[in-house]
Amino acid sequence: MKKQISSQKLKTFTTNNMVTIMFVVLSLLGYFLSGMNPFLFLLDIVNRVSRNSFLVLSLIIPVMAGMGLNFSIVLGAMAGQAALIFVTHWGVTGLPGILLCMVLVTPLSVILGYLTGRLFNKTKGQEMIAGLILGFFAQGVYELIFLQMIGGIIPMNNTTLVMSSGVGIRTTVDLSRGLKYGLDQPGAGWNIPNLLRPTLPWTAAAAVIFGLVAYLIYTRRKGVRLSKPKLVLMILGGVIILYWSIYQIQSGSMINSIRIPLLTWFVILGLCLFIFFFFRTKLGQDMRTVGQDREVAAVAGIQVDKVRIIAIIMSMVMASWGHIIFLQNMGAFSTYGSHEQIGLYSVAAILIGGATVAKAGIGHALLGVFLFHTLFIVSPAAGRQIFGDAQVGEYFRVFVAYGVIGVTLAMHAWRRLLQARSKTEMPEV
Amino acid sequence: MLKTFLNSLRDFGPARIIIFGFFVFLCITAVTLQLDLAELLTSSLVRIGMWGVLVLAMLPAIVSGIGPNFGVSLGILCGLIGGLISLEAAYRLEDTFSFGGGELFFAAVLISLPFALLAGMAYGWLLNRVKGSEMMIATYIGFSMVSIMKIAWLFLPFTNPEMAWPIGRGVRVQVSLVNRGIARILNDFLAFKVGEVIIPTGLLLFFAFCSFLMWLFMRSKTGIAMRAAGDNPRFSTASGINVNKNRIIGTTLSTVLGAAGILIYAQSYGFIQLYEGPMFMPFVAVAAVLIGGASVKKATITHVIIGATLFLGIQVVAVPVANAFTSEWASMGEISRKIIQNGVILYALTQVGSGD
Repeated sequence: MKKQISSQKLKTFTTNNMVTIMFVVLSLLGYFLSGMNPFLFLLDIVNRVSRNSFLVLSLIIPVMAGMGLNFSIVLGAMAGQAALIFVTHWGVTGLPGILLCMVLVTPLSVILGYLTGRLFNKTKGQEMIAGLILGFFAQGVYELIFLQMIGGIIPMNNTTLVMSSGVGIRTTVDLSRGLKYGLDQPGAGWNIPNLLRPTLPWTAAAAVIFGLVAYLIYTRRKGVRLSKPKLVLMILGGVIILYWSIYQIQSGSMINSIRIPLLTWFVILGLCLFIFFFFRTKLGQDMRTVGQDREVAAVAGIQVDKVRIIAIIMSMVMASWGHIIFLQNMGAFSTYGSHEQIGLYSVAAILIGGATVAKAGIGHALLGVFLFHTLFIVSPAAGRQIFGDAQVGEYFRVFVAYGVIGVTLAMHAWRRLLQARSKTEMPEV
Repeated sequence: MLKTFLNSLRDFGPARIIIFGFFVFLCITAVTLQLDLAELLTSSLVRIGMWGVLVLAMLPAIVSGIGPNFGVSLGILCGLIGGLISLEAAYRLEDTFSFGGGELFFAAVLISLPFALLAGMAYGWLLNRVKGSEMMIATYIGFSMVSIMKIAWLFLPFTNPEMAWPIGRGVRVQVSLVNRGIARILNDFLAFKVGEVIIPTGLLLFFAFCSFLMWLFMRSKTGIAMRAAGDNPRFSTASGINVNKNRIIGTTLSTVLGAAGILIYAQSYGFIQLYEGPMFMPFVAVAAVLIGGASVKKATITHVIIGATLFLGIQVVAVPVANAFTSEWASMGEISRKIIQNGVILYALTQVGSGD
């Protein structure tokens, strides 16, 4: 009897998390096939997780509010770029510069979010395609402003940023003199390069100890205990990580030079906590209700349209901050191309983490960023090893991003259709 | 009288009125700036003919109820495969046969047919399973297929030196059609001059011919059944029409037209564009048919023709007009295309719920 239940549980677990499991397998396979140096991999993955997590987290609220995957975060990204361009022009650097960007971009994102929310309220049921097309439309407007109006109609006297013809921002904006690593290296301005930047092994060890303490406090407080298998896994994992960290510190290997941008991670943690507590507020609960069933929410007295707009505004602001975090780590960006793939890669990441069009959580976002970017890192190297051509790997990872979204959308639409059908075919009791 | 005029203006939609007004403004500006009108007219006609069949591919899709076919890139890929196979065959059989441009072109269309039929039917089957979200699924199926074909182009065994990279693997990004005489084969067929304007007769004839075939089809029993299935699925099912089957017919037809359309486009352009090329082409076709007055649920051949003319006409005229103002506005053509194209699709999406 017990065996039957657990094998049934395993089956449902596997089918529900098919995409994530497949990705774990794919990533592991890719990692081993690529023959990549663990140091290079860890360095890259730490950077990628640090710069992408905020953006992916911004997708959670619209999903829970029933508006599907918010492809219009591209608008927030473009607003972030605009802020970066102006702050670079005004010459504010480092952490103060980044903070100024975030302050500047917020009202702009609120306006963009409001307009986008209005559009989504007019295209109920087709929010995702509307968001996608809106992203393309906004690119046209962005180019109109930054390629044709800057320097001419909008005066800007800056030879580094503006093209030699005097009109239009250059195709690449270099942040290395100013805002690069503004958040990642907050101590740069005071000549303390490693302020709030502990090395990876120390961070891993600290995280394990912190997790242990938190677990003990939590179980004491709530009187709750984790199930045996989960407990065993957690302890095992903790011991392995602790052992690995101590080994790295002792052996003084290259891995000790990988530093974690703690301030950035605190900001990301802040967002996670915000989202966690937000869904416990009345507004958050209202949003969830709207997400599950608009009509029921309306009958319950919730102002559905207003709640949806607020959801998009929040997402847009988060996306603009997230893109600023992304670009300050990249250090330079393609003025007219950087934001294009943001929607695609962020959405693919959260879906890989196990989110669906109707449900998304913090765990999905973080796990998804890790898995997606692991595949991203190992694909070209694996392609080179297997086919002698890194290009295959690069095409493969883009295909994977599109494919994951396509398959998830199709499955969600199919399930919704089946549900609607079974609702109408229910026998009269 | 005035009331009906105002009513029809409102039906036409503010977005379309703005676009039409913009087109008129551009034309007047072009005349005032004394631009080469003959050149503009020739370019416009060529551009309209190039895209014509691709825009026409939207018609069976919208009419059969699956909405604008954002996934026509599937049909485009089939057409590209047909084109490549035709060129490869010409190369391999070079010593025994020598093919003319026209023969290669029609061979390409014929070869792409079985691919397009199969792909269209599979695609239609999928769309039947996702009713209500066809547009989004279509877009992402299109993107995914273009992405996977990027990998395929690297591995397919083409040996024609005009197509394959001399060093390394895979097909070139752009395959030139000039050497085989395929480039502009339709454009120059029976082309004649009216003053300084060169009319690409073959191209426009082919477009007209395809439109005529569509028109006949829509009047046939299958066509009427297809329209009924798209208009009102419940009533159609009650009347004995198989809605799912008709949706598949519409999708397949759209895919086949997409395949033919890209070959027409390629011969006019002079190059077959692989890899990233087909990725965003569906949006142009969708925007064109919507500009012509179609909605997500209704479309006629008039919409196709008017839409293609307006949208592509703007694209052609905008560039020299912007250039004439100031050389710094060189990108205005591309930017205005992005804004108009996506703006009109957004507008059409907002009209979905209001049940036109």
